[in-house]
Amino acid sequence: MATMTKQNIGNILAKQGILVAFALFIIAFTIANPKFLSVDNMFSVVRSSAILGVMALGVTFVVISGNLDLSVGSMMSFSTIVVLDLHDQIGPLLAIPAMFAMTIALGAFIGFLVGYLKLNSLIVTLGMLSAIHGLTLTYSGGKNMDIADKDGTWFSVFGQGTALGIPVPILIFIALAAVLGLVLGKTAFGRKVYAVGGNGTAATFSGIRRARTVFLCYIMSSACVATAGLIQASRSLGSQNTVGQGLELEVLAAVILGGASLMGGSGTIFKTVVGVLILGFIQNGLLLLGLQFYVQFVVTWVIIILAVWLDIAAKRGRLWSPIA
Amino acid sequence: MQPGALSDALKKGAIWGFIVLELIFFSVAGEYLALSDKAFMDYENMLLLLKQSAPIGIIAIGMTIVMINGNIDLSVGATYAIAAIILLDSMTWTVFAGLGDWVIPVSWLLALAVGTFLGALNGLIVWKTGVDAFIVTLGSMLGYRGIVFMFNGENPTSHLNWTLVDFAEAQFLGFHTATWFLAIVTVIIWFVMTRTVHGRNAYAIGDNREAAVNAGIRVGPHVMINFAVIGFLAALSAVVFYSESGSVNPNDGQLYELWVITAVVLGGTKITGGAGSVIGTIGGVIAIQLLRKGLGHIGADTSTVNLVIGLILIAVLVLDRQLNVKGKEELKV
Repeated sequence: MATMTKQNIGNILAKQGILVAFALFIIAFTIANPKFLSVDNMFSVVRSSAILGVMALGVTFVVISGNLDLSVGSMMSFSTIVVLDLHDQIGPLLAIPAMFAMTIALGAFIGFLVGYLKLNSLIVTLGMLSAIHGLTLTYSGGKNMDIADKDGTWFSVFGQGTALGIPVPILIFIALAAVLGLVLGKTAFGRKVYAVGGNGTAATFSGIRRARTVFLCYIMSSACVATAGLIQASRSLGSQNTVGQGLELEVLAAVILGGASLMGGSGTIFKTVVGVLILGFIQNGLLLLGLQFYVQFVVTWVIIILAVWLDIAAKRGRLWSPIA
Repeated sequence: MQPGALSDALKKGAIWGFIVLELIFFSVAGEYLALSDKAFMDYENMLLLLKQSAPIGIIAIGMTIVMINGNIDLSVGATYAIAAIILLDSMTWTVFAGLGDWVIPVSWLLALAVGTFLGALNGLIVWKTGVDAFIVTLGSMLGYRGIVFMFNGENPTSHLNWTLVDFAEAQFLGFHTATWFLAIVTVIIWFVMTRTVHGRNAYAIGDNREAAVNAGIRVGPHVMINFAVIGFLAALSAVVFYSESGSVNPNDGQLYELWVITAVVLGGTKITGGAGSVIGTIGGVIAIQLLRKGLGHIGADTSTVNLVIGLILIAVLVLDRQLNVKGKEELKV
């Protein structure tokens, strides 16, 4: 019995290790600085994680389907620049759907290449990272984009507004997470995504249209990116061309931290949200401790590798790789 | 003719054909559009092109062997920045104050050693934990970048040693120092990959890891050595470049991993491992550099370069797939 309990504890640690680590982190930071657990601080962490989080929700679909998306960072810059530019030209009411349409068109292009043409997603999205960056620079002429009348627009509501006392970016993040969590967990489409990522050949033989599923995952991802761009644009009402640069890797880090496998077939929206929050809280906690921002880079490095390592170790039943 | 031989030849020669096309296009277009009177294929211009290819090129050679293994290294940009800071910072350390100009080789060795160590650390983690190289180096890309900032915060680190600058700017037999380093690295790694057991094992591991393990190849140490090599080459790329420029920003080297991977893939190396060549990579590096320079020459925006390179990368992938499918169909007949 005793050994069984020990095994159970080991199992729980291995399966929920990331949650346990998260809890320990929060306790440690709270002891170090009681302000850490205050409602104000919680809000500020979640609000600053919302943009990253919204993007990570979409990328979760792509990763579970067994692919990668490195283009989300430059795609986010694109949607931010486009919506800011169109805001002054055709008004916010038309600018927002127009921006969504353009961003999703980019996602559809990637989805076509990866899904229907079966090209390697890492290279395709790497190419698109560069191409969309070029597109953004061409669109803006290399200049920063600013809204002319920053005080007189309701457009700022998505990034700066509050509803029921909760900042709107947080509400968007929560609502989107809830909806996408249901889509992934409770619908036929969600099951197809897992099937395609888990074993593409088997999925094809059981009548799932692999290409279409992958295509739709990229559509989801780009729609999330457009939402993130909307929040970003609305929060700052002005932007550089490189606002999303490097975010693709942070997003991926959050998704992996949540426990999604890069091989595809595993991961959930809930875990991704946890991954995003862990990154956000670590960043915030270290800052509250008075440490420089770059310390979080090093801490994130250690955490990502430990998290994935423990996950793998639990699956193979031994800590070290058996490879000689 | 062997089945698939045509597509093989096409694939191997494709990057050089592309380079020739670029040269012709930019020479002709340059006649009408160029802002300067000089021809695009001016001797000086071509020498400069080779020199400017060196920083990305040296790292790309390392990336080639890592990718032939079926791995990837996203941390090269950060390693590059760390090595650059070590190089410039260590020249001012009081420990080395009495060395005079002998500080140069000491600082070089120090920077190269640090780069090699960081690469080997990646390799060790990949080997011992069994975590995918993509994730390991994604993590260390952040971690190493954090270490970069620890030296000097967000301030640049600068130190000019004129002896060193003279060395870096020198031309030997017409070629710049940086070009020579690129050439030497290319020849050595080419030799290792095509004429030694280590090279043969690299392809075997990338092609079929299980089979390689069963054949008695010690995959772990092999992979770690290759990561050490790319760390060394990232550091070498940094010392060659920063010997001349003498100033490094903590953000330098960012997105280098993407440029490097683009060059390697253009050069025909498979991202899934098992296939690729050092010579092809050099072709990829030169093709990208030609494109950047050429588009600048005909007065195009710098933004166009990103757009064009991204689309070319995808086009290459589509073409490669079509040729492969063709090869398989030939086999069936």
